[in-house]
Amino acid sequence: MNLLSIDMTMVDWARAQFALTAIYHWLFVPLTLGLAVVMGIMETLYYRTGNQFWKETAKYWQRLFGINFAMGVATGIILEFEFGTNWSNYSYLVGDVFGAPLAIEGIVAFFMESTFVAVMFFGWNKVSKGFHLASTWLTGLGATISAWWILVANSWMQYPVGQEFNPETVRNEMTSFLDVAFSPVAVDKFVHTVLSAWVLGAVFVVGVSSWYLLKHRHTEFATKSLKVGAIFGLVASVLIMLSGHHSAYTVAQTQPMKLAAMEALYKGGTDQPLTIIAAVNPFKQPDFENDDEPPMKLSVPYALSFLATNDIHGQVPGIRDILDGYTKADGTVALSLEQKIERGRCAITALQEYRKAKKDGAPEEFLATLGAEIKENMPYFGYGYVKDRSQVVPYIPVCFYAFRIMVGGGCLFVLLFALSLFLIYKRKIMEVRWFHWAALLCIPVAYIVSESGWLVAEFGRQPWTIQDMLPTWVGVSHLGSGAVMTTFFLFLILFTTLLAVEISIMCKQIKKGPEL
Amino acid sequence: MTYAFLQHYWCFVVALLAALLVFLMFVQGANSLIFSWGRTEDERRLIINSTGRKWEFTFTTLVTFGGAFFASYPLFYSTSFGGAYWLWMIILFSFVLQAVSYEFQSKLGNLLGTNTFRRLLVLNGVLGPLLLGGAVATFFTGSNFIVERENIIDGMATPIISRWANASHGLDALLNPWNVVFGLAVAELARTLGILYVMNNVADENLRSRGSVRIIGTSLGFVVPFLVFLGHVLLGEGYAVDPSTGVVSMEPYKYLHNLLEMWPLLVMLVIGVVFVLYGIVRTIVSPTYNHGIWPAGFGTVVTVTVLLLLTAWNNTAYYPSTADLQSSLTMANSSSSEFTLRTMFWVSLLVPFVVAYIAYAWAAIDRKEITLDEINHDHAY
Repeated sequence: MNLLSIDMTMVDWARAQFALTAIYHWLFVPLTLGLAVVMGIMETLYYRTGNQFWKETAKYWQRLFGINFAMGVATGIILEFEFGTNWSNYSYLVGDVFGAPLAIEGIVAFFMESTFVAVMFFGWNKVSKGFHLASTWLTGLGATISAWWILVANSWMQYPVGQEFNPETVRNEMTSFLDVAFSPVAVDKFVHTVLSAWVLGAVFVVGVSSWYLLKHRHTEFATKSLKVGAIFGLVASVLIMLSGHHSAYTVAQTQPMKLAAMEALYKGGTDQPLTIIAAVNPFKQPDFENDDEPPMKLSVPYALSFLATNDIHGQVPGIRDILDGYTKADGTVALSLEQKIERGRCAITALQEYRKAKKDGAPEEFLATLGAEIKENMPYFGYGYVKDRSQVVPYIPVCFYAFRIMVGGGCLFVLLFALSLFLIYKRKIMEVRWFHWAALLCIPVAYIVSESGWLVAEFGRQPWTIQDMLPTWVGVSHLGSGAVMTTFFLFLILFTTLLAVEISIMCKQIKKGPEL
Repeated sequence: MTYAFLQHYWCFVVALLAALLVFLMFVQGANSLIFSWGRTEDERRLIINSTGRKWEFTFTTLVTFGGAFFASYPLFYSTSFGGAYWLWMIILFSFVLQAVSYEFQSKLGNLLGTNTFRRLLVLNGVLGPLLLGGAVATFFTGSNFIVERENIIDGMATPIISRWANASHGLDALLNPWNVVFGLAVAELARTLGILYVMNNVADENLRSRGSVRIIGTSLGFVVPFLVFLGHVLLGEGYAVDPSTGVVSMEPYKYLHNLLEMWPLLVMLVIGVVFVLYGIVRTIVSPTYNHGIWPAGFGTVVTVTVLLLLTAWNNTAYYPSTADLQSSLTMANSSSSEFTLRTMFWVSLLVPFVVAYIAYAWAAIDRKEITLDEINHDHAY
């Protein structure tokens, strides 16, 4: 077989381009999701009280929402079509399963969002108060439903359920829509992601409001916005801790290699501690084959076992365990990498024979035998394209540090929101200048934390486009690296320019303030 | 519901979405005229604020069209987007520019200046319909690709199933004059619809009076290349599929045969064309008639739907390959599984509900025509 003679430079550029687009997209979407709730709450207060203050407050946050919304839409369209342009093999092999959530997202969510966002912006003097309020909430609901379906699609890539390989068509085909739409990974990912977006939106509101307090401008507006943001943020932060724990548990069950990379856990076992920090070289893949653990490791005893298994004595496999094979707590054996590669190649060979036999008009019984062999080995199909051990281990430094930034940032924001509410309760929120600065500085931190979450999820999945079934280098399009590199830089320049423009406009709007 | 029915149904849905997209490109069409039709700053702002309240629909329809095509015909998605890389990338690039330009163009601190973003709207207004039209024309004229499923397992140079047969990656589509002719027709149709839409939506006598003159040129620019292309397609060879073997072959007058054999489509085509012409002609001859967008829009949706169905129904290869005839995509060889199409069928029953709330919200916003006073005192781009 000559299956591995692919231009790996092209694969890297295709990955880089998708990562670039996704990173930019994820700069804008969380604020859209978070602000949608904040402005919904404020407009509801206007609807219930009739107080013009809340109307202008809602309109102010809607203006910032609008500036951000356009960039989210612009970067989102590229993402959808990049599946086809840069990942054509992937699109064919799993389009039968993966395409459905994207189509539903368009029909159910995007139209809701685009219809009511126009009413929200242009309908203040054209529709009733109730219809306008409904439009504001429906805009947010549309964005959230959109998140649901795209995360269903993403989760399926992490945990491919509800499907079966069809040797006749040489692709994976859906067998259960409900399994795809409500897989435990999808539920966890949706809850965790949307909550993280709410936290970012709340940090943004608290930070911007603090800037007004720092400048002694629009103090009533700032104090009340800060209060709404802090309550909303604290609720979201507490919920995200619960969902984070559940997400870690699900990752441990479905993607143990990702968890091992997040923890830089080279050799696992029972009673595993959770690493708080360690000196993992950020620029080099650690020597996981020989080292027992990263240097200068500071950890919490038993915490990783609890996180991964809900039992402080639970077993957590390390990278070497996963590569070499190990016996699970329930007595079953996890295959070694070599065994998985063997099974993957069996699947490919059986598929070759099946296709040839079918063409030659072989009897049905023979085809059925080959079909059974394909089915038995298909869970390891992707390993048939793997050459060596290093290919199946994600880049540990990114997973390790991104995970810590995500968790650390989450804890910081709990503190921020709790402190905000404490200062409001003590009626000192107008005076504590260091808090205003801290809250303001938390805005860029929130973006870094949010992007870190994305990095953990996606870097940890590497090298798979579909976990265990399709490595990145088999999912690409037939393109030269030059073409993809060119579009990478075109989009880099375009998105960076537009980001600079957006930040500039956003700052001007904030300086201008609400029309109160 | 049989598998064949579901394949035909989803082909219809995708064709309808494409037709709605062509209609909604009135946004692009009007934007392409910002500087030439709108002579004063106020007129330009009126045009931008008119189309600016609808651009999300065009965008959403484009995305949903892509999603529906992906879900129902994944082999097309992987072959066309992965193959005609540059063509699609230029289209996407222009739509990205459009999405942000509305919001950014009039805002303080936009760094690049108002006119830069307006020029980007013009760029998208010209390139979007022109290139999308060119891409749609390849459903009739063919594309330069090869599909080989065995690649994934047979140890070819790469395990990639679909590939473009030359290094142009889709730019060669623009070298085919027939694709360009159809692209020009779509671009001028978008301008025509754009003028009709703004005339209906904006209360400005200067724009209306100049629009009813300007539309003569854009209509001719649309009708002439459209008829030339239609004549070429109906009188030329088409890509026929043998339903029992799946073998694709060239058949003289294939699309004409399709039209005659599926006579309801012929009736619909005539109705569509009549409605488009009615909307345009009445706008030109009647100084007080500003509702031409509705008959012309309806006619556009019907006509484009029929044209696209001609490329796929009645045993036709809808995405023909000029590099390898047997690689051509048909509804049978490129659709999703029966299970997926059936599941998606139930989802598609939500569409009337979606259309209903869009119509309600659209009517609520457009009940009053846009005036200068409104955009000076209310939320505006």
